[in-house]
Amino acid sequence: MTASPTDLATLRQKLLVLYAANSSPDTEVVAWSLYDGTSDQTYEAAGEAVPPYATVLDAMRDGWRVIKYPDLRPPSPGQEYDLSYLEFEFVLEKLESIDGKR
Amino acid sequence: MASGNGTSPDLRLTSRDMARFVRDGFLRFDGLVPRDLCAAAMDEIESGRHLRDRGQGGAQFRDIWADPGSALGQAFRLPRVAAIIHSLVGPDPRYDHHAAHLTPAHTRKGANLHQDAEYDVRRNHFDIQISFFPEDTPAESGGTLFLPGSQFRRVYESTTRRYQDVLGQVQAVCDAGTMFFWHTNVWHAARSNQTDRDRYMFKLRLNPTVRQQRLWNTADLDDPDTRTDVAKILSQMIPWHGQRHRIEVMNRIRLWRYLAGDPDFDVALWWTRIENTPDIVYRTQLA
Ligand SMILES: [Fe+2]
Repeated sequence: MTASPTDLATLRQKLLVLYAANSSPDTEVVAWSLYDGTSDQTYEAAGEAVPPYATVLDAMRDGWRVIKYPDLRPPSPGQEYDLSYLEFEFVLEKLESIDGKR
Repeated sequence: MASGNGTSPDLRLTSRDMARFVRDGFLRFDGLVPRDLCAAAMDEIESGRHLRDRGQGGAQFRDIWADPGSALGQAFRLPRVAAIIHSLVGPDPRYDHHAAHLTPAHTRKGANLHQDAEYDVRRNHFDIQISFFPEDTPAESGGTLFLPGSQFRRVYESTTRRYQDVLGQVQAVCDAGTMFFWHTNVWHAARSNQTDRDRYMFKLRLNPTVRQQRLWNTADLDDPDTRTDVAKILSQMIPWHGQRHRIEVMNRIRLWRYLAGDPDFDVALWWTRIENTPDIVYRTQLA
């Protein structure tokens, strides 16, 4: 990226968090969240039926950069049948200029 | 309780309904409460009567809204409603609490998916919450959002709020008189009300006072077709479970064994296989 210092100052981060059905980026997205640093908008459960991208890989191909890759944890002895949070959390970002946006 | 004594039909849940409850963690019934009774219940709610008039937590539910003139009492004692309650928590449940949740017109709720809550560590027993929608609840008014199949997932209360949307989530979009009966560990969220009208959701929590075993209409339980369907329902994939599908199914089977009083029940050998630790030793092995 060749941005002048003034350009950099106008860059803001958008985070797209995608939860995949399995540990690899080419598996289906089963949950999603968006945090937009370029606008004042707040997102919430929108009742959307379809994820913004079918897979993490599709989002990468659309310009989203993966900044967190989920760890794998072995089953804890005695807790093999316990269930909890969504496990395969990929955090992706886009940097966008807010020049002329506000 | 109507229980097929030949004169009144048994209005309780069927085994297939119960299997769906075990799979999804909730059941939805439309049009349970007639419109005129819904309107009378709304009058009671808006008059503030049920805010002042909170029952004593721990009382028998039969003593709550016992005044025959109480519209809410009438709604929750409708034969079908009473039969569904009986199916899930049995006769004579204990009243836990109620709340008339008001979401005023043009209220933003933000992300708030949560579970009520991790401290309930019971594996088999469960409480139910009933969400009663006394008015028509279109999508924009933001009826409660439920996540099917989340009841076995233990999380710290509202720490799931980072999940804005989950595949397969179900929002209550319904006509007046609809009730959702849900396992209290189901993840749920209040939604924003974008309309010009205030929205109410009346919530009632009940505790069982008997073992939650064979409380529904189990007349069909030994029927081979029913058993096939129950097994099918219990092994159905819920897409957001992804790689954890098998463990979810094992949790469902374990709960079903308890509810049906059938400790050997299984689907596709999931538990039978790992409970198989033979210790017979043949004489020839010792030679
Ligand atoms: Fe809640």
